[in-house]
Amino acid sequence: MANMAQALRLALHYGEENLGVTDIFGQDVGAPLGGVFTATQGLRTAWNSPLDERGIVGAAMGLAMAGSRCVAEIQFCDYIFNTIDLLKMAGNTLWSTNGQVSLPLVLMTPVGAGIHGSLYHSHSFDALATRLPGWKIVMPSTPLEAYGLMISAIKDPNPVLYLVPKALMRVRGEELIPGEPEQEKELRAMIDAPIGDRSQWKPRWPKIREYTLPIGKAQCLTQGEDLTIVTYGRMVNLCRSILKDYSEDSIELINLYSLYPYDWQMVKRSVQKTGRVLFLNEDSEVTNFGEHLAYRTTRELFYSLKASPRVLAGKNVPGIGLHPHLEDSTIPQESDLRQAMDELIHEVP
Amino acid sequence: MVKTRILEERLIRIYKAGQSYFWIGGAGEEAFGVPLGLLVHKGMGLKYDWLHMHYRATPTLIAMGMEMRDSIALTMNRASDPSTGGRNFCNHYCYPKWNVAPVTSPIEVQYSIALGTAIAQSRIPDGGITIVTGGDAGTAEGDFASSLVWSSRKGAELPLLITVQNNLWGISTSYSTQHGEEKISDRGKAFGMKTLTFDGNNPIESYIKLQESMEYVRKKRKPCLLEAMVSRLYGHSSASGANWVEGEVDCVQTFGERLLKGGLLTENKISEISNRYDEEAKRISQNLLAEPGPEPETLWDHFYLNRESGNWREF
Repeated sequence: MANMAQALRLALHYGEENLGVTDIFGQDVGAPLGGVFTATQGLRTAWNSPLDERGIVGAAMGLAMAGSRCVAEIQFCDYIFNTIDLLKMAGNTLWSTNGQVSLPLVLMTPVGAGIHGSLYHSHSFDALATRLPGWKIVMPSTPLEAYGLMISAIKDPNPVLYLVPKALMRVRGEELIPGEPEQEKELRAMIDAPIGDRSQWKPRWPKIREYTLPIGKAQCLTQGEDLTIVTYGRMVNLCRSILKDYSEDSIELINLYSLYPYDWQMVKRSVQKTGRVLFLNEDSEVTNFGEHLAYRTTRELFYSLKASPRVLAGKNVPGIGLHPHLEDSTIPQESDLRQAMDELIHEVP
Repeated sequence: MVKTRILEERLIRIYKAGQSYFWIGGAGEEAFGVPLGLLVHKGMGLKYDWLHMHYRATPTLIAMGMEMRDSIALTMNRASDPSTGGRNFCNHYCYPKWNVAPVTSPIEVQYSIALGTAIAQSRIPDGGITIVTGGDAGTAEGDFASSLVWSSRKGAELPLLITVQNNLWGISTSYSTQHGEEKISDRGKAFGMKTLTFDGNNPIESYIKLQESMEYVRKKRKPCLLEAMVSRLYGHSSASGANWVEGEVDCVQTFGERLLKGGLLTENKISEISNRYDEEAKRISQNLLAEPGPEPETLWDHFYLNRESGNWREF
């Protein structure tokens, strides 16, 4: 099975061959590296830009204005902060021009902790991203999702911010991407660049097929009666890892892979059934996106609730420390999740 | 030049009469902006020139054929404002039919956004060029450096005309207190660019220098950095009063005097031209007073394309 980096590469290849993608670019995106996580290796339209995040975002906006279709990358979201006014502008261009100028572009950036990345390779961006009206915000949790969401993002006529959980880049999926060879080794031989001299290397692309995940929808991964968990990105996997400790019909796990627009109807139906809900993500906890969802739950579903809605998120500290003691104390861990779930399930109204 | 000056002065009057919330504009940049508008290859698509301009671009737009009404409707934030539908400031134009990218308030972003249209134009034969305009203060921002770095990469040069209208002011801060470089255009030399600085208050010199620079970029498909020395005749914006500033060169007056001296115009003709445009601008603004602004229910329109809702209450 493909890992997430390979899945992104396959989707981008599909995009440049079938969906009119003209430019895939950013720092180290082109040859010889093909992206620091190898997600852009071997792509026909990939090229290296100067190490200049504002130039990357600005160029992407200009390319979109000129009718090109691009996927730009900021190497780590920790370095996207100096582009914030350009991101605001990309989001408001259609609105501020009264519908005259649209910017169909995809900006992808790796997010989150989990690789011992210290202060500048561990940040999350979902809370800030959801405060950029006009953008669509997505984040996958499996390679197949990564593939489907990237194709959806490329096809979308609006700017799409594609957040990639960097800790999942090397994690293999459990489902084949349509057209992917069954043997992992075969896929590697076809599309992974060799170590060393790559100057003569060319990928052999499998005959992949289109697969999309609708932006604005969510997936209900498990049905349950006792508790709803709404999460996305690598926190989906954290939840999956402990679900086996709960009875089969206990936990309703919702994968909110589209953060904005989001599938409120699915969240609503679930919370009306369980009466208890946990919003889980790894961004810092103050003015967290989960707080918006918790507020909305309280406001609209108050009389369905059996326990107060809860947000479990990263600690509001200035950075993610390098030592595992610091990172693990900052980002929700299995024990934190289990404690929050148990408290919610046993809370007496 | 007279038409755009009369228009800007009408916009200031509209502001001072309490009929708009803000004025910012291009009074003092006519001798640069009008030649630019006359020389641009106007149209839609990569074959034509792209313009990424700052908020003093009225002279260029007027020279390109913009109606006075468009500018006044924008200033008065009327629903019929063709650039923003009443959503943005005076002089924040947008004309997709002429490749005029949306003008925004940040003073530098156009220098990095322009890279994208220039990249797209660099790939087609006989493509147009991208022209970016901005003020001297904005050159301190990183986006200006981005335009120099990206456009001059060896083997990947861009057909980008980078222009700076240097009025020697950034709001209330003088150029001399913030710049060590003698000329802004000198910065282009480090990137191997063609560079030039000229008197942007002289429309004939502006026309010749702009024509020469545009032809260079058009033919060589390489960038050029030009700096035009201009005036700022009513201060930064209405925030600083929008009052006439003494001691600055008034390019409309000096060019008028030159034409009078050369026998190409008469005092009567100048008065007739000025009065005609003034009457027109006054009539338009009076008519627009009766026009509605955008309706409150249009607030969420154009959040996403194709009427897709971005209102979370509707998710």
